[in-house]
Amino acid sequence: MIINHPLLGPRDAQEFTYLGDASLIERPDWEAEDAQDQFHDYLYLRDNPAGSHRELWFHEIGDRSWLVVTRDTTTHEITSVEMARDVARAKGRSK
Amino acid sequence: MTQINRLDGGQVNRGTTLNFSFDGKRYQGHAGDTLASALLANDVRLMGRSFKYHRPRGVLASGSEEPNALVELRSGNRQEPNTRATTVELFDGLEAKSQNRWPSLKFDAMAINDRFSNFLTAGFYYKTFMWPAAFWEKIYEPIIRKAAGLGSLSLQDDPDEYDKGFLHCDVLIVGGGPAGLAAALTAGRAGAQVIIADEDFAFGGRLNAETFAIGDQSGADWAATTVTELQALENVRCMSRTTIIGAFDHGICGAIERVSDHVATPASGKVRQILWRIYGKKTLLCAGAIERPIAFENNDRPGIMLAGAMRAYANRWAATPAQQVSVFTNNDDGHRTAIDLIAKGVNVAAVIDTRADAPRLADCELLAGAQVIDTSGRLGLKFVNIRLADGSKRFIECGALGVSGGWNPNVHMTCHQRGRPVWNERLAAFVPGGDLPVGLSVAGAANGEFSTAAALKAGSTQAAAALRDLGMTARAIRLPNAEDEGVNLAPFWFVKHGKGRAWLDQQNDVTVKDVKLAHQENFKSVEHLKRYTTLGMATDQGKTSNMGGLAIMAELAGKTIPEVGTTIYRPPYSPVAMGVLAGRARGKEFHPVRETPSHKWATEQGASFVETGNWLRAQWFPKPGETHWRESVDREVRAVRGSVGVCDVTTLGKIDVQGTDAATFLNRVYANAFAKLPVGKTRYGLMLREDGIAMDDGTTARLAEDQFVMTTTTANAVAVYRHMEFVHQCLWPDLDVQLISTTESWAQYAVAGPNSRKLLQKIVDPEFDISNEGFEFMACRKITVCGGLRARLFRISFSGELAFEIAVPTRYGDALIRRIMEAGREFDAVAYGTEALGVMRIEKGHAAGNELNGTTTALNLGMGRMVSKKKDSIGSSLSEREGLNLPDALALVGFKPTNNNDKVTAGGHLMARDGPVDAAHDQGYVTSAAHSPILNSSIGIGFLKDGANRMGECMRLVSPLTGTEVEIEVVSAHFVDPEGERLRA
Amino acid sequence: MRYSGLRVIKEALTGHKGWTPAWRDPEPKKQYDIVIIGGGGHGLAAAFYLAKHYGCKNIAVLEKGWIGGGNVGRNTTIIRSNYLLDGNEPFYELSLKLWEGLEQELNYNAMVSQRGILNLIHSDPQRDAFVRRGNAMLLNGADAELLSVEQIRERYPFLNFNNARFPIKGGLAQHRGGTVRHDAVAWGYARAADSRGVDIIQNCEVTGFRIEDGVCKGVETSLGFIGAGKVGCAVAGSSGRLMAKANMRLPIESHVLQAFVSEGLKPVLPGVITFGAGHFYCSQSDKGGLVFGGDIDGYNSYAQRGNLPTVEDVCESGMALIPALGRARLLRMWGGIMDMSMDGSPIIDRTHIDGLYFNGGWCYGGFKATPASGLCFAHLLATDEPHKTASAYRFDRFRRGYMIDEKGMGAQPNLH
Repeated sequence: MIINHPLLGPRDAQEFTYLGDASLIERPDWEAEDAQDQFHDYLYLRDNPAGSHRELWFHEIGDRSWLVVTRDTTTHEITSVEMARDVARAKGRSK
Repeated sequence: MTQINRLDGGQVNRGTTLNFSFDGKRYQGHAGDTLASALLANDVRLMGRSFKYHRPRGVLASGSEEPNALVELRSGNRQEPNTRATTVELFDGLEAKSQNRWPSLKFDAMAINDRFSNFLTAGFYYKTFMWPAAFWEKIYEPIIRKAAGLGSLSLQDDPDEYDKGFLHCDVLIVGGGPAGLAAALTAGRAGAQVIIADEDFAFGGRLNAETFAIGDQSGADWAATTVTELQALENVRCMSRTTIIGAFDHGICGAIERVSDHVATPASGKVRQILWRIYGKKTLLCAGAIERPIAFENNDRPGIMLAGAMRAYANRWAATPAQQVSVFTNNDDGHRTAIDLIAKGVNVAAVIDTRADAPRLADCELLAGAQVIDTSGRLGLKFVNIRLADGSKRFIECGALGVSGGWNPNVHMTCHQRGRPVWNERLAAFVPGGDLPVGLSVAGAANGEFSTAAALKAGSTQAAAALRDLGMTARAIRLPNAEDEGVNLAPFWFVKHGKGRAWLDQQNDVTVKDVKLAHQENFKSVEHLKRYTTLGMATDQGKTSNMGGLAIMAELAGKTIPEVGTTIYRPPYSPVAMGVLAGRARGKEFHPVRETPSHKWATEQGASFVETGNWLRAQWFPKPGETHWRESVDREVRAVRGSVGVCDVTTLGKIDVQGTDAATFLNRVYANAFAKLPVGKTRYGLMLREDGIAMDDGTTARLAEDQFVMTTTTANAVAVYRHMEFVHQCLWPDLDVQLISTTESWAQYAVAGPNSRKLLQKIVDPEFDISNEGFEFMACRKITVCGGLRARLFRISFSGELAFEIAVPTRYGDALIRRIMEAGREFDAVAYGTEALGVMRIEKGHAAGNELNGTTTALNLGMGRMVSKKKDSIGSSLSEREGLNLPDALALVGFKPTNNNDKVTAGGHLMARDGPVDAAHDQGYVTSAAHSPILNSSIGIGFLKDGANRMGECMRLVSPLTGTEVEIEVVSAHFVDPEGERLRA
Repeated sequence: MRYSGLRVIKEALTGHKGWTPAWRDPEPKKQYDIVIIGGGGHGLAAAFYLAKHYGCKNIAVLEKGWIGGGNVGRNTTIIRSNYLLDGNEPFYELSLKLWEGLEQELNYNAMVSQRGILNLIHSDPQRDAFVRRGNAMLLNGADAELLSVEQIRERYPFLNFNNARFPIKGGLAQHRGGTVRHDAVAWGYARAADSRGVDIIQNCEVTGFRIEDGVCKGVETSLGFIGAGKVGCAVAGSSGRLMAKANMRLPIESHVLQAFVSEGLKPVLPGVITFGAGHFYCSQSDKGGLVFGGDIDGYNSYAQRGNLPTVEDVCESGMALIPALGRARLLRMWGGIMDMSMDGSPIIDRTHIDGLYFNGGWCYGGFKATPASGLCFAHLLATDEPHKTASAYRFDRFRRGYMIDEKGMGAQPNLH
């Protein structure tokens, strides 16, 4: 596979390390009343869709960016690649 | 008797005579021959035996689809089993042996199976060999295994080298026949970056096998002229002897280039084969078509071959399988074989055509509406038995029979990403369907465009279309005139006659009867049919046989062929040597080696090294007279605890953490508090995974308000760094912090032992006070050494002694170890390796990889209270789950044998002294064990249920695997200096 | 019809006219007591044990394609019970015992071949871990033996002993491990279940669950609604897709695992061998092909195919271990979709929906589990209680903190 890195252009997927669903960006609030349940759902449950999947890849043999890649799990076609930090900020994550 | 079946003409070079041997017998052929063509020229039709019935077999095809003529090529450590004689280029001195026969190809004792074929039908083995149960492994299976298999591996190390490479292009053209060459010309002249690959050693495809003219040239000459033009274009790379093995994601294709398979041994410095990963923006599949046979009784005798193969041998290789041949066909194309062989002076007895209205195209007898119902000839065809249109029978004497059931587009690659071919009624064949691999289009016979003119046109048109998609323009090229016959064919799959066997899959011995039985037993789905009968599962992957099986199943099920389905193909297109897929990563080069800065020096000291991930670390440093590693290790431990020792700890991961929010960041990745760590201090840190399990540990030093240096374990250096980047970029992107791995930037040595300070005072520049008052336990500082060299000093201890770790830029690592050892001479300083390091950390009860095994919590490690509840850190929430906080949770403790001579076994399990010994009563396990030279006893650490409250308990340590059971006492894991007085000295 | 050597001879002499279909192709009934979704090894085995051991009647197995077309038809055929943890080892040992009696129980020769499995050791910490594991196996009543380098060399002289990057330092052997003819497992269970009245419905895709007031009443299928007292799902690989139809999110990701077979060769490998310094495991089939595999590709996928980097990685490990493999040829590669769970262990449990039961999360260890998984799932479906060897395979173990993590990799499915 080829991942079109937003900063570096097309790179072989072999340069990257895969983590999983991009929902891992949305880490729960540790002080919430049901924090443990929220952390359980966050860490352990997955949509696991057959189709479009937003997922985290790390450019391990490269610039060490985390990327959010939108890829179809049935065809492996990649439709978008974003910097994970931009996605995280868009989701309101900051400090 | 040499080459009695050699004809005139052809593309073999009669000026070069090559000697070769088959089954020990010597023959001669010419440059340009394949092993198969040379054997045929020498009147050798018998080339192999089938898998199950050991039937005598000859060549069926002339290319990589060959199921029968498999040989063991070469000998010794270069022996290659299952090599298709049809794809082996002849070279001088070639050695080949037939396989799967005993004692000889002509007299194969296993052919007895053929007599019992009635018992050995499809899937018979699922129904028997069940009683008694123990007999399967002992009696039945060994017999089956010995009989099965085809060729044999030498079991010697492969002596050849292989390589891998990457290629990029605008258009990859798969196949160098008329369509591929026209495509390459079109794209090449347009200036596109083009790669054209063909598995054959000569470009041209069927043009080399046919007598068609292209323009005013022969097809073969046109191909050669075209390749000459292409090779002159800088933007075109022509790769012969190169098989495209598969279409993978995003348009990436794999290719195998056989660099040296056509010579006896690779030339010096040359590899045997290369695996290329080709990144083509577009791929054009021009892989041609593969002829399919017709099934009839005893259709597997040597001499019976595909009609197209027969004329390929005659036209290209000037060889005929026999002096008198016949042709059996259901289409006009089959007649070409008769025409061409007659032209070559071969006697064609008859053309047998299943069509009642078959045209008479060749100058020989035509038997229209006739079918071949049987054949005879034990080791080679002698007679064919024909049922004529009027029902009467007739024998015809011939040594070879060319069979044509029509042609199947070679759709292999179109299926590699779940594409399914679709049925074309007019061609009575499957053609490429939808869901093609990314960027792939198909042209020529592979797309059902069978005539030469159609192939040329399609190749050119599709190439232009591909370039258009890429925003390039290609001018149409002027195509020469060429043959443009239509397909005239009446589908005919198998002769319904008699009770004998008609073969579909010749290698696996799958017959029409087997398909019928599969249908009868409800193995009707195509996949069930394949798996139950093994149809299409042989080394040719059913390229010539799947279609026939499908057609028969359709007829039995009363369905059309497309209703029954199709089988798709998987990569690789043809079998690939494992060696080339591994490339250079083998032997010592399997993984790269990481050497520590002191490696050269340690080698000079005669160190014994051990693999730690990709690192090589000194394990111990034997001294003259030491005969056992324990002597060296014990000495090193005693020396450290008694005076001073030095150990290279560069392999520990080092991560530089900088920024105004660096402390906040560390507070989140570590379970324990870091925000208030003062500058100039170091702290032990425990890192959890988000699931609350210990991930890694190490020390982190605060060198400045906004600069920390973290160490990780050697094993987790990469994963911890990745995790920290995740925490930063994905969870808290606005924290002002930057991370960089500096593992390889700093050479770091532990200097440990009561004299370590004295030693270092000789190294560290005098303006730096490293006295106990000036540089107390857990201090850290940027310093200079040896007169101005920048360095870092940490007062941390893994051994439990007064100890320091000193780091200098890596390029000074070698110099520093030499300087330290020199300075340490007066203290009898020793170098110590990972073994002594391990012994001392066990003596101190420090957790390492064996304890941080991915299932242990802070609580298990005795650090439960370190997990701060007052802040958010990775893993803190989920670490509070019930199952991780049981009252009798495992706790890290130490073990000492009650009897001093007994040994603590790492991996042993703990049982109550008097209770039963079984899994239900398991109390824990020993993670690490060592001989402590200080205590003069074997000791261990490990996890015990409720361990903290069981000090002093005597238990049984059982290790049935190693046959040991000893009594041990549960003790504190801190065996040496439990109060920590020495490290604070 | 009973299979036997005598029967084969009799049929051979009478033209094979007597063989009957191995299973019927019945029309689905409107209502079953138990419907199992998934005609793979686990689903068919569950149906068989329900019918045979639990006396259940009126059972259907629904298969969207052809039976045995999932992972039971595309694996590396290895069976073993060399597990470490309490939650796993008794279960896999039960499975191995069931394998040992499978042919007699099914009257079908699935070629259970106990040729042994050998896990190689390349470092001291690895030895410590293997010793711990071998002891756990023995303490659970399984077999295990620690082999020295010399013992390994005797049996496998062609391994790389002399020029290895990561030298072989020993091995943990389980002699009762081995291989099974994988397709035959599906067919054997199907035939035995069918003969006990189980309806096997092929080409019947489940498109939804009918759930009323928190109770599952049956399934919507491509052949219409089929009512059921209980519905059991055994569709590993597609678990996420199927259970989403019941609005469930699972602790599972779907990943592709590639497997490979070489051309047929005369006997090379006597048993199953696994490389400890890379991802490679290999055995030789009775037909002579070397059957081998390695790691999963590592990214979520429902496509039954992988990519070259993993192929190369596997072959690199193969060559590092067996340098003679260079001249053997890889014949075919394929991909299967794995239910990669969050701790590497499976789930056999009720769901929060009454009447809906789940079996999945097998990672790439599902094949060897087939008999025990079938039995334990049958036990759960028949009795509503977990089988004692599968009592740890609960959904709520993640919420409660009772993970069964053999590899210690945590909640990252592609590392298990």
